[in-house]
Amino acid sequence: MTKPTRLTHLSMAEALEGLKAKDFTAVELTRAHIDAIADLRGLNAFITETPDLALEQAAASDARYAKGEAGPLDGLPLGIKDLFCTRGVLTTAASHILDGFVPPYESTVTSNLFRDGAVMLGKLNLDEFAMGSANITSYYGPVVSPWSPGRKIQRDAGTTAAGSELLEGLRQPRPVTEWEWDRRLVPGGSSGGSAASVAARMVMGATGTDTGGSIRQPASFVGIVGIKPTYGRCSRWGIVAFASSLDQAGPMTRTVKDAAIMLRSMAGFDPKDSTSVDLPVPDYTKALTGDIRGLRVGIPKEYRVDGMPAEIERLWQQGMDWLKAAGAVPVEISLPHTKYALPAYYIVAPAEASSNLARYDGVRFGLRVEGKDLKEMYENTRGEGFGAEVRRRILIGTYVLSAGYYDAYYLKAQKVRARIAQDFTSAWDKCDVILTPTAPSTAFAIGDKQDDPIAMYLNDVFTVPANLAGLPGISVPAGLGSDGLPLGLQLLGKPFDEETLFRVAGVIEQAAGPQPLPPVHS
Amino acid sequence: MAYRIQGETGEWEVVVGLEVHAQVISNAKLFSGAATAFGAAPNSQVSYVDAAFPGMLPVINEFCVEQAVKTGLGLKARINLRSIFDRKNYFYADLPAGYQISQYKDPIVGEGTIVLDLSDGGTREVGIERLHLEMDAGKSLHDQHPSKTYVDLNRAGVALMEIVSKPDLRSPEEAAAYLRKLRTILRYLGTCDGNMEEGSMRCDVNVSVRKVGGRLGTRTETKNVNSIRYVQQAIEYEADRQVKLIEEGGQVVQETRLWDPNKGITRSMRSKEEAHDYRYFPDPDLLPLVLEQSWVDRVKQTLPELPDDKKARFMADYGLSAYDAGVLVAERARADFYEAVAKGRDAKMAANYVIGDLLGALNKTGKDIGESPISAADLGGLIDLVTDGTISGRIAKDVFAEMLETGEKPSVIVEKKGLRQVTDTGAIDKAIDDVMAANADKVAEYRSGKDKLFGFFVGQVMRATQGKANPALVNDILARKLKG
Repeated sequence: MTKPTRLTHLSMAEALEGLKAKDFTAVELTRAHIDAIADLRGLNAFITETPDLALEQAAASDARYAKGEAGPLDGLPLGIKDLFCTRGVLTTAASHILDGFVPPYESTVTSNLFRDGAVMLGKLNLDEFAMGSANITSYYGPVVSPWSPGRKIQRDAGTTAAGSELLEGLRQPRPVTEWEWDRRLVPGGSSGGSAASVAARMVMGATGTDTGGSIRQPASFVGIVGIKPTYGRCSRWGIVAFASSLDQAGPMTRTVKDAAIMLRSMAGFDPKDSTSVDLPVPDYTKALTGDIRGLRVGIPKEYRVDGMPAEIERLWQQGMDWLKAAGAVPVEISLPHTKYALPAYYIVAPAEASSNLARYDGVRFGLRVEGKDLKEMYENTRGEGFGAEVRRRILIGTYVLSAGYYDAYYLKAQKVRARIAQDFTSAWDKCDVILTPTAPSTAFAIGDKQDDPIAMYLNDVFTVPANLAGLPGISVPAGLGSDGLPLGLQLLGKPFDEETLFRVAGVIEQAAGPQPLPPVHS
Repeated sequence: MAYRIQGETGEWEVVVGLEVHAQVISNAKLFSGAATAFGAAPNSQVSYVDAAFPGMLPVINEFCVEQAVKTGLGLKARINLRSIFDRKNYFYADLPAGYQISQYKDPIVGEGTIVLDLSDGGTREVGIERLHLEMDAGKSLHDQHPSKTYVDLNRAGVALMEIVSKPDLRSPEEAAAYLRKLRTILRYLGTCDGNMEEGSMRCDVNVSVRKVGGRLGTRTETKNVNSIRYVQQAIEYEADRQVKLIEEGGQVVQETRLWDPNKGITRSMRSKEEAHDYRYFPDPDLLPLVLEQSWVDRVKQTLPELPDDKKARFMADYGLSAYDAGVLVAERARADFYEAVAKGRDAKMAANYVIGDLLGALNKTGKDIGESPISAADLGGLIDLVTDGTISGRIAKDVFAEMLETGEKPSVIVEKKGLRQVTDTGAIDKAIDDVMAANADKVAEYRSGKDKLFGFFVGQVMRATQGKANPALVNDILARKLKG
């Protein structure tokens, strides 16, 4: 058969078939993505590109295909959120304070991906230490959504694209692609680089992490699939910690099936993470039967928040109609403590973060700004090394843990958290899965809400409860808003029941039909 | 005797509580696989977890948990089947994560007791408040460079047990007895080597004073007191200082003080106002530590006989005094040595040789029982030689001295030096006859009723036989011959 013109537009499942059928090689597939990355550098999706490593891995993958020893992800070029430590590759957490930090170890999740044959194209931009909902807090600058209206400007710069001079196929001077944006939209956050690069076809899939919605909200904003598995499903070992009791890694892909394929490789028990759970990892693709007859879908009345745009409400109804048409049964449920989730989250997460980020002190790695004594060195290093949002959260976290405030804030928040978890436990008596919108709006412009942290925090209103309760949640594209921007629906499931999420998400994906390409490709 | 401080306004008593940090004997650290050996090259025993690299996570070392539970059982304490690890947050260069993982509200071990052996042979019970597991910090080296501080992380992450007493101690001596007893128990259990010089047992001292029987006073905490002698000195100093301060119209402030061993004083380190706010909260990287009662029971079965039980048994089975039994059980090796000597022999005689002779001699040279040049078997052999009449008790003293010197077997020494006791009545007869002939005047005096001279004749005969004559035979024959 003739080679597809756009290898980058294949799904992971399609690419695997093509590789097995030897329609194209892993090196060809990888090169296509390296080109796409160069073309779309204007999105600022990557902090570090690793094309040389990617081609090396791709060549090894081709060798495995030749020997018939290919793994479940063999030859698939992926992007890695720059919160995952990668051996020998700069790892920044998008923070100045990790300047020059090259981990001598590989995170468990990326090890698992490489074990299964994945190719790494580079490290993706994010909000600094994953703190943010718009990918505007990165030390390396904001990520621009591929849904931003704009145009390419071709310029004969006569120079090679930065970082690509090592590449065999790119030695000749090439025009540097620049982009001119009418309006720069956010890709959501914190996994903004992951979302943008997957949606823009620069990578076939990407890792994300989700502490309060950092996989699902950006997935919704750029029209892709993102799943935060059950807390404990993926090892946190080697992932730069934000809030340990909430952080969870997951895949971000363009199809539900791709997410199922990728999560299977990422997940699994890890004795190095005491909070990871020793349960077998199923083949999630087997759950994609499309059969949801009789399945009880909970609609939590408390998620009809004040001021929610009518189109979100309509989309939600649309989602329910699709599921009903497929034989599911809608059930009204109540999650009475939902309104306390966001305040509780913004106590628990900063509290843990304030402690987790104490290790960035200029003593052993990363940035050090000297001072006249130890205390001044700490102040200089941390003052310069952390951005405003990170500093804000460290301050909040330090405050809520302080003597005299602990009971009123941290302890109270933990009690609320237990109530929220209890709400869900009660709900599972009435339903098998819960359907909600993923985010209260479509993507906004870079700069909007920037000076209003509370408005920014409201982005996470629908996603945060799943983190507090440790439950799995998936965002699946469901259409476009009136502004022509993507909107996602969220499904929440029982602990370790990712299979039901994939099955129901597959039905929504099917019903919603093919989604339009983002403007950078139109 | 109660310890009292004579102040201007009357008698004061001191109230002391001790916090002991005991390093757990284990090959690996509390939350990482790095080694714990003492004296390794700086930063040669550090994992990425210990150095708090990004993304690293702690995993509890099960053996350290077992050691803590063992210690708790040895202290007759309640084992908490559910305990929580908390983060104690503070910044310092030798604390890589910026927090120490410790246990705050829910320690692994609750209340227990220690029985003190007092110098008068009596005992006294002291309460244990709690025992919790925590990780050690690294070490800052300020003397390696004119302007910089070096950090050695070998110790960072090593498991410690913090053992907190109730404020039950009333004198420096009791505090010393408490530390000695605690150390003995830890060593019996094999959970801490109790070596204060190497820092594997460190002590913080809480001291307050009050008028006898009055309300508790404000306490100070003196840190870093690293020998039993210093603990006594620090308590004495701190009690005197507080009494003086109060009597001069001042007030004791709750504060942390530092022991200065060179000057023998305590100095203020930080006041309550400057005290760190450690912002304790449960470590989200670790699940609550949940133990099964059946597992605790199994650990209990592995406990050795503890010093108090051993002491009671020595008193009951061997007929030893409380004092002797206390001396013998103070070290497990000592007790084992004694039991090896006493086995199948006269237990009291064995105790006399072990305590009076061997321990006395070792003490002079600063050795402990493990370094004894005389083995238990050889000391037993010496006792056997006395018991079966081969040598006399007096000769045994000389043989013992020789054994101590050369490490040779007692039988070898006896043969080599010809110290075998003379039981040949002919030889004894002759020696007695010679002594009587040479002291005819004394014989006459004896026969005229001066009985006390009997001892003189025994002495002369023994001297003539270089002490080798069997004393019983000498007595018999001499009595008969002197009668005439």
